[in-house]
Amino acid sequence: MSADRSRLSLFWAEYRENRSAVLALVIVAVMILLALFAGLISPQDPYDLANLSLRDSRRPPGFVGSGGYTHILGTDPQGRDLLSAIFYGLRISIQIGLAAGFVSLTIGTTLGILAAYLGGRVETLIMRLVDLQLSFPAILLALVIVALLGQGKAQLIGALVAAQYAYFARTAYGAAKAERGKDYIEAALAIPLSARLVLWRHMLPNCTPPLIVVATVQIANSISLEATLSFLGLGLPVTEPSLGMLISNGFPYMMSGRYWISVYPGVALIILIVAINIVGDQVRDQFNPRLRR
Amino acid sequence: MLGFIIQRFIQAVGVMAVMSVIVFFGVYAIGNPIDIVIPPDATQEIRLEAIRRLGLDQPLYQKYFTFVSNLLQGDLGRSFVYNMPVLELIGGRLPATLELVLISVICATVLGVSLGIYAGYRPDSWVSKTIMAVSVLGFSVPSFWVGLILILFFAVHLGWLPAGGRGDTVMIWGVAWSFPTLNGLSHIALPAINLALFKLAMMIRLARAGTREIMLTDTIKFARAAGLSEATILRRHLLKLISIPIITVFGLELGSTLAFAVVTETIFSWPGVGKLIIDSIAVLDRPVMVAYLILVAFLFVTINFVIDLVFALIDPRVRHGASA
Repeated sequence: MSADRSRLSLFWAEYRENRSAVLALVIVAVMILLALFAGLISPQDPYDLANLSLRDSRRPPGFVGSGGYTHILGTDPQGRDLLSAIFYGLRISIQIGLAAGFVSLTIGTTLGILAAYLGGRVETLIMRLVDLQLSFPAILLALVIVALLGQGKAQLIGALVAAQYAYFARTAYGAAKAERGKDYIEAALAIPLSARLVLWRHMLPNCTPPLIVVATVQIANSISLEATLSFLGLGLPVTEPSLGMLISNGFPYMMSGRYWISVYPGVALIILIVAINIVGDQVRDQFNPRLRR
Repeated sequence: MLGFIIQRFIQAVGVMAVMSVIVFFGVYAIGNPIDIVIPPDATQEIRLEAIRRLGLDQPLYQKYFTFVSNLLQGDLGRSFVYNMPVLELIGGRLPATLELVLISVICATVLGVSLGIYAGYRPDSWVSKTIMAVSVLGFSVPSFWVGLILILFFAVHLGWLPAGGRGDTVMIWGVAWSFPTLNGLSHIALPAINLALFKLAMMIRLARAGTREIMLTDTIKFARAAGLSEATILRRHLLKLISIPIITVFGLELGSTLAFAVVTETIFSWPGVGKLIIDSIAVLDRPVMVAYLILVAFLFVTINFVIDLVFALIDPRVRHGASA
């Protein structure tokens, strides 16, 4: 336990040296907090139709609406306060990103480690499937699956998982395959410890570093994919807009100069994704022994 | 070598067969297209007649066999909505997409590899740091957002470039192309930049990572010791050594750019295949969806097959590994 903690503090000490990575981590934390407490800090509940008035729709930033407060970032075509809509949209985007990332991590890792451990036919079957999928662009896969399943949160997460589990499977497989050949696994099996115990207690922990990196990147990717699908009109229903949906709603008004409806949700989305990616980059560099001197 | 080609070829055919089953059943298992095809006030007779004419009353497996036998004769069915052969429909849109994709990928590769080698060669200079920072942006910012910003800035704010459409085209070999005319080029500029940015970021990272690793190897040390100039080392040795992953990614990216063109074409109203497929998904025009997916799958399998062959030519280990 104490060995784990000291490793963690070493990791943090190295992480802390990269200032932009620390800043990115702070930004991610703040955005998660904003999403968690959206209900408390938003000036308006954007999902409560009784709160919305069409007289307030498409107003520029700084407009004082019929609610009696200032819309700092303006309002959208439905008359929602854009700042509130962004907080709530952030919540939905992060929710979906985390859910899709976690489910793909579980499914992908299980498949990858099983393939590496069992070998033979199972290995060939699983990894052929994974390779086949990896050669196919995720966006296309997600597009088709959403088109097949219809709209909704569960369907969307399903589509994202189907598009992304393969990355985890490949990574877990690569790491586990390397571990499989090592002596400590042979030794553990010779004691004999049960295969299940060896798999989950000994192999899995040694495969985690690359999986953490992939998970970070894939959560950012899920959020970005979800936004893209929503933008194309294939994501979530209009009643609970994610960031992508907010951007999409504003797109038709952009030509007439009402830029804020698309731009501010977009800025929130970009900050979130870029921050997650910077954190992921730093973690990857720290895990990569080849870049160490 | 021949055995290797045959083995890969059989694999590719197998993959295509599996893909056709998945795509077909996936797409045909949902929704009822008959409601879209005929008006809601049609009589029962017209309805049944239409169902029979479109072959919607057959069991699923029978539809599949009809589909495959037609497919092998080059017939991908008729669009429910446009009432014309799907192949003709897609074929008519393909040049616009190909033009866009090729211009983007080639620009992205040439520029990306040059910048990436520089960033890998001098990792600590501020230019390299800027290049890498920009590439992180290009990597993480969703492409539809970049498209929006491009439109907002160049089309709405500055008014320099058109925000959508294809502009003037020139007929070459009976096909309309935009790139030979100035007006066409101005229309292609924004979507092409949009599409290229993501690939550019990827090429930069790939070339930089390769360069950083290879500059530390003995090959480069010996080349330096032999008194070769840095330019020669970069051109003759480094470029060759980093080319394998770049060729792979170039091939794969060609395919995935086609997929991403779906997003770009929608934003810029570019009349290509991607816009067609989005419209078809919205109205459940199944023959078009199936045909598009099969064609994309075919494209990917072909690209993978070609990459494998190129690999085998460049790297003898791949050849021998396969025959052993």
